[in-house]
Amino acid sequence: MKRFLHSPVASALCAALLFLPLKDLKSAVILFVFVLAGISAAPYIRKLKIPQIPFKASGLSGFLPVLTITIFALLPFALKDYYLDVLIMFGIYALLALGLNVIVGFTGQLNLGFAAFYAIGAYTYALLNTRLGLGFWPSLPIAACFASLSGLVLGVPALRLKGDYLAIVTLGFGEIVRIVLNNWDTFTKGPNGIAGIEPPYIAGFSLGKLQYYYYLVFMVVIAAVFVIRRIEFSKTGRAWLAIKENEIAASTMGIDTTAYKLYAFAFGTFWAGIAGTLFAAKMQFVSPESFTFMESVLILSMVILGGIGNVYGSILGAFILVIMPELLRDAQLYRMLILGLCLVVLMIFRPQGLIGAKDASAGR
Amino acid sequence: MHLLDVKGVTKHFGGIKAIEDVSFKIQQESIVSIIGPNGAGKTTLFNCLTGLASVTKGSITFMDAAISGLPAHKILEAGIARTFQNIRLFSDMSAIENVMVAQHSKIKYGFASAALRTAGFRKSELETRQKAFEYLELSGIDSFADLPANSLSYGNQRRLEIARALAAEPKLILLDEPTAGMNPSETSEVMTLIKRIRELGKTVILIEHDMKLVMGISDRIVVLDHGVKISEGTPDEVRTDPMVIEAYLGKEAAH
Ligand SMILES: Nc1ncnc2c1ncn2[C@@H]1O[C@H](COP(=O)(O)OP(=O)(O)OP(=O)(O)O)[C@@H](O)[C@H]1O
Ligand SMILES: [Mg+2]
Repeated sequence: MKRFLHSPVASALCAALLFLPLKDLKSAVILFVFVLAGISAAPYIRKLKIPQIPFKASGLSGFLPVLTITIFALLPFALKDYYLDVLIMFGIYALLALGLNVIVGFTGQLNLGFAAFYAIGAYTYALLNTRLGLGFWPSLPIAACFASLSGLVLGVPALRLKGDYLAIVTLGFGEIVRIVLNNWDTFTKGPNGIAGIEPPYIAGFSLGKLQYYYYLVFMVVIAAVFVIRRIEFSKTGRAWLAIKENEIAASTMGIDTTAYKLYAFAFGTFWAGIAGTLFAAKMQFVSPESFTFMESVLILSMVILGGIGNVYGSILGAFILVIMPELLRDAQLYRMLILGLCLVVLMIFRPQGLIGAKDASAGR
Repeated sequence: MHLLDVKGVTKHFGGIKAIEDVSFKIQQESIVSIIGPNGAGKTTLFNCLTGLASVTKGSITFMDAAISGLPAHKILEAGIARTFQNIRLFSDMSAIENVMVAQHSKIKYGFASAALRTAGFRKSELETRQKAFEYLELSGIDSFADLPANSLSYGNQRRLEIARALAAEPKLILLDEPTAGMNPSETSEVMTLIKRIRELGKTVILIEHDMKLVMGISDRIVVLDHGVKISEGTPDEVRTDPMVIEAYLGKEAAH
């Protein structure tokens, strides 16, 4: 009996039975077959050596980004508004993943409340705009710096902690921010949210139209990649990596580890502030619902999925986790299930993420 | 004038007296070995000297400045670098990057010039890389520059630790069992390297178990046992000290 419970058949049966009340018998049977096949094949697939993508060796390192940028620049001419909308969200999530990657991927400091800084960015613009009438452009740096400052404020007490404790404190911070936004009715309008936020204008010309907004987000993402890559390959980036790899050795090699962890917090949350502002200006509406714990988990999944510590990995992770659910929209109930399954399978076969941290750094 | 002056340093971990009232002075450009049986407190002494452990009592003066109580990164800036008995490399970074990290406090450009990739930034990065390569060459591992540190052999990882410590351009370098786990030919290469380091005008404190090696290379030797300094002097003085013979070979041998 015990043997049976551990067999693939039992696991597949469990998954199918749990799923039965949600859907009909046919789908449960399909699920059973898929899970069974997956689990049975696992030991064999695991034996296959999945080759690393040798970016540098194949000369792809310059070519791939250029190709990607060209394709994305041309997309608005080919796509319907609905897809542009999805792509804009992809850009915003890419910024979030890039920012979180600085903290988790480069510096190795787990953070489970990143959505809080996204929220702070979004609400800063929302409030500056609706209460003081401040436009998008002056608000953008203010919101980014304010998010960054909040990162520092959280960082000072949090960085005395390590591992699990740090994770719990950041999680708590995320919840506190959301709860404050939800309950401070007079200031944030609570759960009703803030409506009537203006889109950005350039010389009186609105960028609210999807095509224009797409290009705005697109430019910001490219700027973020440029800046983050450059910091990554500087003494700051090396210090962050050193802290992640061996904090004691880093400190004896002259790195002020507390200061550099704080820089990572401030720099990572800066991009969350920018993402928040872009989100508020796109939706022209913000409410606490958009910044739940699940949002933090989603951003963290993007960083891990693409390859922790890899800038392009974060973008790929954001792409997959934003686009996949949309592509699977017709599958309704299945989509979260399939996504979850994919993530589990990935973590078994490629714990370093799709791209992995090493490939891109091979030529450093 | 002495480069390093350790006065009455004591370190307790709760009830464990890891070091008890240890004092010694170190002359510039000398090689001093610290020896003693397992658990004698040698590594703990290094930890106190490099700011990884706070001293319970006593004072440490380096180049006429009190350094006890300073954080580790400040002690490196003051001019003391070290290697670790249990290797502590940045294992996923390449060998050359490991050495580049050690030049951190020497690099002057800021965040903005890195983001803008100014001429000053590019020049500084190039120099950092070149210097790192020179230290890899000095340690004889330049052919592994671009390999991840954890892919190097055990012996080469120890040499990388030395290259990394040297790259910080310290006045004083602390080597904690740099030849542990090496074969005789690797060991003699490292000993040659240590002599080279002294020729570069640096002072070396060496923790080493192999008595023959220690006798051959050291100007002075400090002997610790159960956290207490039981002897100090030239290799010849220490070799014939009954206290040392007793600590190493037991009571009978001393008579
Ligand atoms: N962080 C610590 N907490 C508690 N006790 C410690 C700590 N570090 C060292 N000790 C104790 O202090 C004593 C001295 O240890 P230390 O590592 O300095 O010895 P050592 O001379 O380097 O020995 P070895 O030759 O084995 O490397 C030992 O009894 C050890 O258990
Ligand atoms: Mg030791």
